[in-house]
Amino acid sequence: MTIQNGEIVSLRNARKIYQMGTEKVHALDGVNVSFKRGSFWAIMGPSGSGKSTMMNIIGCLDRLTSGQYVLEGQDVGTLDDDNLSERRLRHIGFIFQSFNLIPQLTVRRNIELPLYYLGWDAEKSAERAAELGRRVGLEQRLNHRPTELSGGQMQRVAIARALANDPHLLLADEPTGNLDSATGEQIMRLLEELHEEGKTIIMVTHEPDIAAHARCRLHMKDGQVDRIEES
Amino acid sequence: MKQSRIVRNIALGIENLLLHKLRSFLTMLGVVFGVGSVVAMLSVGEGASKEAMEQIRKLGSNNIILSSIKPIEEEQTSTVRAAISIYGLLYNDYARLRDTFPMIRQIAPVKLLRKESRLGPRAMELRIVGTTQTWFELVPREIIAGRELRPEDHAQFNPVAVLTEFGARRLLATQSTIGQKIRIGSDTFEVVGIVKSESGKAGNMQIPDQEVDVYIPLSVARHYFGDIYTRRSSGSFLRERVELHQIIVQIDAIEHVEPAAKAIEQMLERFHPKQDYEISVPLALLRQAEATKRTFNIVLGSIAGISLLVGGIGIMNIMLASVTERTREIGIRRAIGAKRRQIISQFLIETVVLSTIGGLVGIILGVLTPKLITFFSGMPTVLTPLSIFLPLIISIAVGIVFGLYPAANAARVDPIIALRHE
Repeated sequence: MTIQNGEIVSLRNARKIYQMGTEKVHALDGVNVSFKRGSFWAIMGPSGSGKSTMMNIIGCLDRLTSGQYVLEGQDVGTLDDDNLSERRLRHIGFIFQSFNLIPQLTVRRNIELPLYYLGWDAEKSAERAAELGRRVGLEQRLNHRPTELSGGQMQRVAIARALANDPHLLLADEPTGNLDSATGEQIMRLLEELHEEGKTIIMVTHEPDIAAHARCRLHMKDGQVDRIEES
Repeated sequence: MKQSRIVRNIALGIENLLLHKLRSFLTMLGVVFGVGSVVAMLSVGEGASKEAMEQIRKLGSNNIILSSIKPIEEEQTSTVRAAISIYGLLYNDYARLRDTFPMIRQIAPVKLLRKESRLGPRAMELRIVGTTQTWFELVPREIIAGRELRPEDHAQFNPVAVLTEFGARRLLATQSTIGQKIRIGSDTFEVVGIVKSESGKAGNMQIPDQEVDVYIPLSVARHYFGDIYTRRSSGSFLRERVELHQIIVQIDAIEHVEPAAKAIEQMLERFHPKQDYEISVPLALLRQAEATKRTFNIVLGSIAGISLLVGGIGIMNIMLASVTERTREIGIRRAIGAKRRQIISQFLIETVVLSTIGGLVGIILGVLTPKLITFFSGMPTVLTPLSIFLPLIISIAVGIVFGLYPAANAARVDPIIALRHE
């Protein structure tokens, strides 16, 4: 399958409708958008604009009600749960606002988590975790538990974990939302570095300062694409 | 590769359980006690029934044992002083049985006596059995020294005596005693042999050895000592006339034993208007013991089932709580790419590890408990491989059965909702 125009993510007439009681909520209401490989996007918009739903769709955590979602040249709109898991495992790295590390596991084990599901053996996984720990500057902290780390450090662990399976696509949901601005800046610099290394980054944020780090900004409103800024 | 993955999954499961040591331990207790009590009860039950069956087998499964008993009405009237009660099996019964039943392979009459006796300087009351050499064929006993009774002893009225190991010990007799004279009552016998004693009880049937010190030929016993016994009891004399105390019959084939017992009973009924004899069939006792054991095992099985059910419910309860508590972890794992069945296997492995470790600890407990019981009460206990492996397999099965529902619950967690879960 060829990758058209180097697009890594492309949504065609994407609709997501939630049933809330008797009311139907159009979280995505006919979205047409595509993201090029190697781009750095910020998705912005007020709450309820559909940006979280879009992230869930792009992250293969959720399925469209109608329309088409093509990830790395493959239509994933019709895939079953196992295959969606497989997409997440092989193509996507997640970075969350609240880090979502498993508190009982050490930093090393948290970073190794995707490798465990990829079926890597223990030795190779440990090597990879150490390498990623160095990459995010936490090689001294590998045997600590997440609760012993600062917020910025926890987010670095989360980034290391997102990189473990070497995905092309990194999805960041308010990555600096729980951090002070100085730490947030450091995390953004790290993301910029990853962008420069060729990763595609799609980030949801409502902070203009943070969005300014992205090369393109997509504004959502009422489940539709409002406007796109490129810089 | 595949195998090391399983090992790794189990290792991760154990790691996870160790994060909550106290909780895992408490969860395990149900299975520990369930399995422990099952193993312990099985081995106690097995020990008891094995002992009983062993004893019954020693009596010979092809044998039928007829014993004289004092009829109940006799018992009541015999309080009259100097009255003589006549009951029991007769020499004629012995002859009739021997001559009429073709399925009787061998038959041994038994006459019991108690006589003041003396061997060298030792004097005591000996318990004497008058019988024929067939007794030794029906109830085989190892010869320690000398010989058993022989047919000619009976035919020629030889005054010979065969000591039991038990009797020999009481009389301080040794191998060199063979050939010496022993006085029984007022008569002199020659000690010709010593045989080994068996001991113990079989149901309500006493193996006679512990009650026997010496065997003499039946003809001699009858000729020298007669059939009338005088018992002294609280100032009155009880006089009884009993010809034979027991007749032991060996049947030619095991399937003839029960019909033969019936036929013998019918025949004896005709000559004994009073119920002054008793028929015991070791085979029937054996069957009964086996039936009892089966019942016992069913009861044990039910108790085992209930206790393991309770243990399983305990595990399920904790695992359900654990799934709720770990919703966020499940969401994270799912978001990272874990498939539903990987979540299922993670939780299932944890429950199975819990129940298996619980089962193993329970087995250790269940193996030690019978040892303590044996140590303190002397009750025999027997550990069979089945009584160890069955509870272990059941405990693993409990882990799977009661782990499935919580694990399925875990797999149903929606990652989007779970990630928002605090």
